Amino acid sequence: MSRSVKSPFAMSRSPMAPPRSFLWSRRIFLTLLTGFVLVPVYVMVSSSLKPLADVTGKFRWLPSGLTIRPYIDIWSTVPLAKYFVNSLIVAGAATVCSVVIAVFAAYAVSRYHFRGKRVFTVTVLSTQMFPGILFLLPLFLLYVNIGNATGIALFGSRGGLILTYLTFSLPFSIWMLIGYFDSVPRDLDEAALVDGCGPLGALFRVVVPAAIPGIVAVAVYAFMTAWGEVLFASVMTNDTTRTLAVGLQGYSTLTDVYWNQIMAASLVVSVPVVAGFLLLQRYLVAGLTAGAVK
Amino acid sequence: MTTAMAESAVGGSPPGAPARDTRRRTGRIRRIGLPYLLLLPALLLELLVHLVPMATGIVMSFKELTQFYIRDWGTAPWSGLDNYKVSVDFSAPVGQALLHSFLVTVGFTLLSVGLCWLIGTAAAVFMQDTFRGRGLLRALFLVPYALPVYAAVITWVFMFQHDNGLVNHVLHDQLGLTDKPSFWLLGDNSFVALLTVSVWKGWPFAFLIVMAGLQNIPKELYEAAALDGAGMWQQIRRITLPSLRPVNQVLILVLFLWTFNDFNTPYVLFGKTAPEAADLISVHIYQASFVTWNFGAGSAMSVLLLLFLLVVTGVYLVLTSRGRRTADV
Repeated sequence: MSRSVKSPFAMSRSPMAPPRSFLWSRRIFLTLLTGFVLVPVYVMVSSSLKPLADVTGKFRWLPSGLTIRPYIDIWSTVPLAKYFVNSLIVAGAATVCSVVIAVFAAYAVSRYHFRGKRVFTVTVLSTQMFPGILFLLPLFLLYVNIGNATGIALFGSRGGLILTYLTFSLPFSIWMLIGYFDSVPRDLDEAALVDGCGPLGALFRVVVPAAIPGIVAVAVYAFMTAWGEVLFASVMTNDTTRTLAVGLQGYSTLTDVYWNQIMAASLVVSVPVVAGFLLLQRYLVAGLTAGAVK
Repeated sequence: MTTAMAESAVGGSPPGAPARDTRRRTGRIRRIGLPYLLLLPALLLELLVHLVPMATGIVMSFKELTQFYIRDWGTAPWSGLDNYKVSVDFSAPVGQALLHSFLVTVGFTLLSVGLCWLIGTAAAVFMQDTFRGRGLLRALFLVPYALPVYAAVITWVFMFQHDNGLVNHVLHDQLGLTDKPSFWLLGDNSFVALLTVSVWKGWPFAFLIVMAGLQNIPKELYEAAALDGAGMWQQIRRITLPSLRPVNQVLILVLFLWTFNDFNTPYVLFGKTAPEAADLISVHIYQASFVTWNFGAGSAMSVLLLLFLLVVTGVYLVLTSRGRRTADV
């Protein structure tokens, strides 16, 4: 792990030894910052192993007794497994759809000149800055109306939610992939075209393989955002399609809040994305750089 | 430059190939049609998830769209500019609340973006050189960013609890800084709570981008400065920070837009109705639409919000590009 984390930034800046004032400032700053970052993580982990009495009474830094009970109970207090599957399907499908569609679109924008190219890229870029709430209200009403008119249940269905997730994952994916494809030398796919590949052959045999890190980065990022999305999930889901974002609210009843179970469940739903992110962050950083730092 | 390259990239028939003419003809058809064909799925979806909803939203904002018309909003009566008038009538309750929410959002966004940028930049600059444990710290610092919003924010909700939260335990019981345990998710303190969570969650993004930006600074600059006798602090002030300018321009705009539009954090922290001191605009519009069921007013507020963001972004882009141009000269 530590090796893969290090490599992209393994460069030394100055040939001289840093002065003491710098070293001390660095130590103090980084220690404080580590504390700020870690305290919630510690609370999450330690509270998830506490008996209920510990989390309903005064806060204690150390549990009175360790228990893995919360990790067993989380699955029965709310149908967590079902929410997990829903989140997986919705975030996965939104990711796959947006990345696949974005690969074609980004290839067209990156390699061809055509009428309306500027309009297209500006539209894609600007929809990224629009607030989600702007799309939520009309999509909600459109889904209700389509449901009334045709009987196709978009509202409350997984398909409908996947579609709404494309409002943020698609423009992001297109935008990032344009940056990535631009950084793949044109000579490569030109050579493939000369060798008799069609444009699609050049795309899939040359450009896509060369841009794999970028595509991975975009996919990870799209998945993470979809996995953490709350706004659309809170309006567009019902009992059977609820995702984790909404489902975690089920641990608080009118009388009790099962904080230890909430923390356990939060940890369980976080581990896959955090692990994936840390494993693939090298690509992600490179991808963000290609997209943002041009 | 790109035109020439694209031209040569598409007209790809090998010289001396049989049936050259027909090939060239199909090549030309492809050249015209292919980009659009590749774009077709994206265009259709953009139309479906962005353009149609936006047009619908604009139409909705001119309608009297209350709970009675939600099942069939086409039949809702037109109300002209009423929704807009109500939204910007700052002497009446609706407009007053919107203005308040807007100002809270602006203040919150500026503070949050400023702090995220400051912490992220400091961390990146301090971690520019290798030292023991750097890789581990780097991975650690990315955890808040990687955690799903609801899992991270719900942990903060727990920490901010009045009776059993860590924050009151530390501030009141252990350090004795407050007379009595405070309420963090109600009243004026809620602004502080929201800001803390937002900065905790947001600074690693600034850290990531600045770290990436630092890579592009040529090492020779530092070597030359060191030869001229510039110390570490001087190098940071004279080389590192000025070199980060183009990175910062993009970073700050992106942070601004994300923070300004953020819904997830306040919603998980406070629920459907945020306390007045932390009533961010996204939640405010959500509340106007889905709690009081006035979609017309909600849409009008969304359109106003959008116009504001467009103006801010436009002004920002003009300002920064002018700065860049004069810097180049």
